[in-house]
Amino acid sequence: MSKKKTPPMSAWNRRDVLKAGAASGVIAGAPMFFSRAHAADYINEPTGKTVTLGFNVPQSGAYADEGADELRAYQLAVEHLNGGGDGGMMNTFSSKALKGNGILGRKVEYVTGDTQTKPDAARASARSMIEKDGAIMITGGSSSGVAVAVQALCQEAGVIFMAGLTHSNDTTGKDKKANGFRHFFNSYMSGAALAPILGENYGTDRKAYHLTADYNWGYTTEEAVKTSTEAMGWETVAAVKTPLSQTDFSSYVAPVQASGADVLILNHYGANMVNSLTSAVQFGLRAAQANGKNFEIVVPLYSRLMAKGAGENVKGIFGSTNWHWSLQDEGSQAFVKSFGEKYGFPPSQAAHTTYVQTLLYADACERAGTHNPCGVGAALEGFEFDGLGNGKTLYRAEDHQCFKDVLVVKGKENPTSEFDLLEIVEVTPASKVTYDASIFGGELGTCNPGV
Amino acid sequence: MELSAFLLQVLNGLDKGSAYALIALGLTLIFGTLGVVNFAHGALFMIGAFCAVALQRILSISTITLDETKTDFLGNPLKIKTPIVEEWFGEATGQLLIDWSVPLAILLAIPVMMLIGFIMERGLIKHFYKRPHSDQILVTFGLAIVLAELIKAYYGANQISVPAPDMFIGSFDFGMLIGMAKGKLIYPYWRIVYFLFALLIIGLVFAFLQFTTFGMVVRAGMADRETVGLLGINIDKRFTIMFGIAASVAGVAGVMYTPINSPSYTMGMDFLVISFVVVVVGGMGSLGGAVLAGFILGILESFASMRVVIEAIPGINQVVIYLAAIVILLARPRGLLGRKGVMES
Repeated sequence: MSKKKTPPMSAWNRRDVLKAGAASGVIAGAPMFFSRAHAADYINEPTGKTVTLGFNVPQSGAYADEGADELRAYQLAVEHLNGGGDGGMMNTFSSKALKGNGILGRKVEYVTGDTQTKPDAARASARSMIEKDGAIMITGGSSSGVAVAVQALCQEAGVIFMAGLTHSNDTTGKDKKANGFRHFFNSYMSGAALAPILGENYGTDRKAYHLTADYNWGYTTEEAVKTSTEAMGWETVAAVKTPLSQTDFSSYVAPVQASGADVLILNHYGANMVNSLTSAVQFGLRAAQANGKNFEIVVPLYSRLMAKGAGENVKGIFGSTNWHWSLQDEGSQAFVKSFGEKYGFPPSQAAHTTYVQTLLYADACERAGTHNPCGVGAALEGFEFDGLGNGKTLYRAEDHQCFKDVLVVKGKENPTSEFDLLEIVEVTPASKVTYDASIFGGELGTCNPGV
Repeated sequence: MELSAFLLQVLNGLDKGSAYALIALGLTLIFGTLGVVNFAHGALFMIGAFCAVALQRILSISTITLDETKTDFLGNPLKIKTPIVEEWFGEATGQLLIDWSVPLAILLAIPVMMLIGFIMERGLIKHFYKRPHSDQILVTFGLAIVLAELIKAYYGANQISVPAPDMFIGSFDFGMLIGMAKGKLIYPYWRIVYFLFALLIIGLVFAFLQFTTFGMVVRAGMADRETVGLLGINIDKRFTIMFGIAASVAGVAGVMYTPINSPSYTMGMDFLVISFVVVVVGGMGSLGGAVLAGFILGILESFASMRVVIEAIPGINQVVIYLAAIVILLARPRGLLGRKGVMES
């Protein structure tokens, strides 16, 4: 983790004393809220010409490649915020508060931490970035378990947490916090967007068999997909929890065909998804017939990086995703161009959400005129924007969740390149995936500025 | 429980057991000959798998031509890759080589793993023969981490898809063979190949030890190293070769495993702990025990993953191997086929 040096305190001389005396005279005559500016109003209040952001991503462990892509996007966002590069999505962003001169005129610097995809390690690295490096905002992701843990820490510490890739309903549901904000979509939205497409393609008389990763994200995804598919007439034959550490899913996949089910839903992500899908295809489920219909497989949350690991097996399989590089809107095109020219390949959805979160944070600071987490939070709450790749988007005030269009995708039958793995089947409008903020429980609480 | 469901889990168990048995066989060979508890053995399995990845990449080295009629994601002319093997040997032969890259990788893995085995044994592990087992475990575990990180640094953390040859993609209807209805007992071709391959390798290792002079000396050395040394036989050299053979067994097991699960740098650690349980349950130093325990624990694990079993005893799928190990070790403290005096003071 990199460390910044603070300039040494210089000794007071006569001129300083005179200046301070004159300044205190001005302050004494100013309104009261001005006088508060000299005491720290919030933790890690920037006083110099720079402001430090903390990028907390998995740099080791199974999600390290996804973390590396997030880090690339963060570095690109910092470059753009400081006026470098081609400006990327700053040019297409509906808010014009960002000027390419850092945040509130301060140059953006950053420190990085390794979450190792473990909540404890993620909290330790976030704490270190806040306490030692003076990070004013923490962002990062790739696991809901990590996001929920780091969000709680940021709430206690009094800094803003801009979540990266985290898909569990809990992040902005039962575990939501006033200092935490999520741009990425969630399990509920995946279920709501997928169900109509599944109905159209596979009919409403289907029997589903769920294999579910045995942790927080798996449960909320299974619940969301079950609720939305059962609402349109599907029956859930069975839902089996699989250990997160499982690598060979043959024992779980083998009994599926004899169970009477005709759809297999894999509530798996990362290595689990690659391995369970590979097993399902090996066991002939893609080519099988059940109940007089073609047997189908569904992967509720898709990631291009993982589709690559599963190879040919993803062909024709439906899922949902937060964003895809093939989107043709101006914002997405600008981002793909910036990222592609800098790194040589298109960005992943993880890279997109982290880039957007950094811009949204910076923009909120500019609009609020402060880095104070409470001011920034207020600027993000209820903020409506466009031009960042997902169409019109709302940062809902009640739960700090972004509401925007959701992409339903399918594994491409005839990819033209190694990146061309998913095709967009439907862009589900935000109105179809919006839900009442109270359904998942939890309380935002009040914002904490850390002092 | 339906007969087909029962048979399916037996097949699955044999398949899982194949991988456990192959890794445990190598571990037992090293322990039996050199007396070293090799925690880097899972890493050797993983490196073997990456031999298949490496060969796939080598065979896919391509010349690039630009297709002006199509564009890439940045709007530049699309780069069309033509594998060099197709240019050298013609399209059909080139495609065939790429398609069969996994079985061909065995030819690459055997010398590579043998070499890695020699280097590991001569360069590092031999310095720990006289040290306590705890030191051996620490150094080999450290080595496993280093090897995994090296692979990650080069190939990344994500899994890499390595498909089986086209003719082995898909599954075989066993049920129809024994008079069941269509679709009742389906099993993937490649998993059947893996099981048969494991039997072949296990048979070859046993035959090598049983029917060759070299094998006879090694077995004698395993039984009484000192006496064999007094006879003027350089047992250390033979044991080094056995280390290389054990590394090769793990390596080829890894190569053939790649179409079953796309390899990643963590796969060695995933198998390591279970393989140690297999060795202990089989009986320390017993090659037959390692193979038997590999298959028994594989089958048990498969049955414990069935929905009816999980619903009856929640969580059993995660602990069944360890429970079985406890029961077997209570009944037979030296393991299934363990001999007296091995790892006993």
